Amino acid sequence: MNARTGSAGLGLRISAFLVMAFLYLPLAVIALYAFTTQSASFTFPPPGLTTEWFSVAFHQSDMWAALRLSLGVATMATSVSILLGGLLAAAAYRARFFGRGALAFVVVLPIALPGIVTGIALRSTVEQFGLPIGYLTIVVGHATFCIVIVYNNVVARLRRMSPNVVEASSDLGASGWQTFRWVIWPNLATAVLAGGVLAFALSFDEIIVTTFTRGSEPTLPIYIYNSLFRPRNKPVTNVVAMLAITVTFVPVLIAQLLTRDRESVR
Amino acid sequence: VVDLLVAAVAVEVQPSPGSRISGFFYRHPSVKLVLLLAPAVLWLVVVYLGSIAGLLRQSFWSIEEFTGLIDRTFTLSTYLQLVEEGANRDIIVRTVTLAASVTVLCALLAFPLAYYMARFATPRMKTFLYLAVLMPLWSSYLVRALSWRQILAEDGVLNWTLRKLHIDGVVDVILGTPLIGGSSLISSRFSLVLVFTYLWLPFMILPLETALERVPSSFLEASSDLGAKPGLTFRRVVLPLAKPGLVAGSIFTFSLTLGDFILPNMFGTSAYILGQQVYVQQGVAGNDPLAAAFTAVALAIMVVYLFLARRAGAFEAL
Repeated sequence: MNARTGSAGLGLRISAFLVMAFLYLPLAVIALYAFTTQSASFTFPPPGLTTEWFSVAFHQSDMWAALRLSLGVATMATSVSILLGGLLAAAAYRARFFGRGALAFVVVLPIALPGIVTGIALRSTVEQFGLPIGYLTIVVGHATFCIVIVYNNVVARLRRMSPNVVEASSDLGASGWQTFRWVIWPNLATAVLAGGVLAFALSFDEIIVTTFTRGSEPTLPIYIYNSLFRPRNKPVTNVVAMLAITVTFVPVLIAQLLTRDRESVR
Repeated sequence: VVDLLVAAVAVEVQPSPGSRISGFFYRHPSVKLVLLLAPAVLWLVVVYLGSIAGLLRQSFWSIEEFTGLIDRTFTLSTYLQLVEEGANRDIIVRTVTLAASVTVLCALLAFPLAYYMARFATPRMKTFLYLAVLMPLWSSYLVRALSWRQILAEDGVLNWTLRKLHIDGVVDVILGTPLIGGSSLISSRFSLVLVFTYLWLPFMILPLETALERVPSSFLEASSDLGAKPGLTFRRVVLPLAKPGLVAGSIFTFSLTLGDFILPNMFGTSAYILGQQVYVQQGVAGNDPLAAAFTAVALAIMVVYLFLARRAGAFEAL
């Protein structure tokens, strides 16, 4: 449907617009209630506006601890998935080997299967071997479903690179490292960055697998979830929610613009 | 390319240790392949699939009724519990129904926007819409769910809007309807379906738009030239060609609903869905075998679903 034929009917345009509004209005509501003067209910329109919840939120040490844990986990999970996903992409993008199709399927499984499967499976393994739960087990869980994100981005980019470039480089006497550093990497960098940012965002927001693999320390999403059931100071949750959205929104937008030719949706 | 030449010329002609290593890998590509593959394969096959295998093994254990201890002898009794006990059967039926309703609603809502994007939007507009649909997908799922707790609150945005429009009777009708009703908006099954639909909608729009974009407009013209009314063209030409996209999107809408236990704790009635049951059995109840068996059901449903989806050509539309 590349050629545009005529213009859309009014009905179609209105319903397309409504669907778009449906996607975004709830985010506006989150922002609005971060400023409401009510502490325990969500009357619309809000009886008054205030910025005091921001200072309340910023003075909560447990919120900062949760944010630090989430950032730490997401950084580590992203590093692991860049390493594993990148190497896997390098191995799988052109070579033919036994089990290649099966491997491509296994990579996708952690995001195609419900998160609870991954979560409870890892939990039972951890218990089986008596490993301590905490930071590291959260990272293992997150890296498992982040590998595919990096893998998809990198493999798509590698497939578009001409193999002749690499051969030319080694014909001209470059070592493997030099070929990688000066020929492959400059082509690959934005794909790795985009994949890494998306993996970071996915890890930063994850809650289902985390529930099973965390110790007593909450990550930021779990902190937000727990604060839902607190009776007072509810707008503080909205302030933290806006913070959580901001941490991922800007980097992801940049990553999307870096790979805008749509080679990588997930 | 100039950079490349400069870099290559700068290389020493004498074989350095580095070039000896790369020469070795060049002559032994399988060694290189194994080294590249090993870390990810170890992680995914040993850690991930190994854990799932361990979980499946647990589902064939059972719990001793009096001591509450886990009996590690092979038995099918835990699976029998799923089939024989009405409450467990209900959970499975309820969850699959929920996942299916969410999927259908997502498809219905995704269609107009995806169709508009694929067929009528200018390239600039399309890029904008594409990013606009994509961004919520990468924003916090929990935050977006949280917003609906506030929209659906007693004196919240939705009730206020409906009152202003003098159609607030709609809420009572919804709450009074069996199957989707409840005591308030937040604790009705209607809200659970609505919020799930909201959360997973981008997963449906994107592959659907990709599929619709591949429909040549000449097909539509041919269909109308041959006398088909728009409705017939839609049913017989557009819909079959859109199917891979719909199926690809449904993998996510279905799978994500199937295993969720956060959202049903925030919305809906007190009747459990599968994710909640797994969470409670594994946690508070300490019945790991039953939790494992329920998870195995979700796993089996999704494996069959993925298999059928691949036959429907959905993997090319992802």
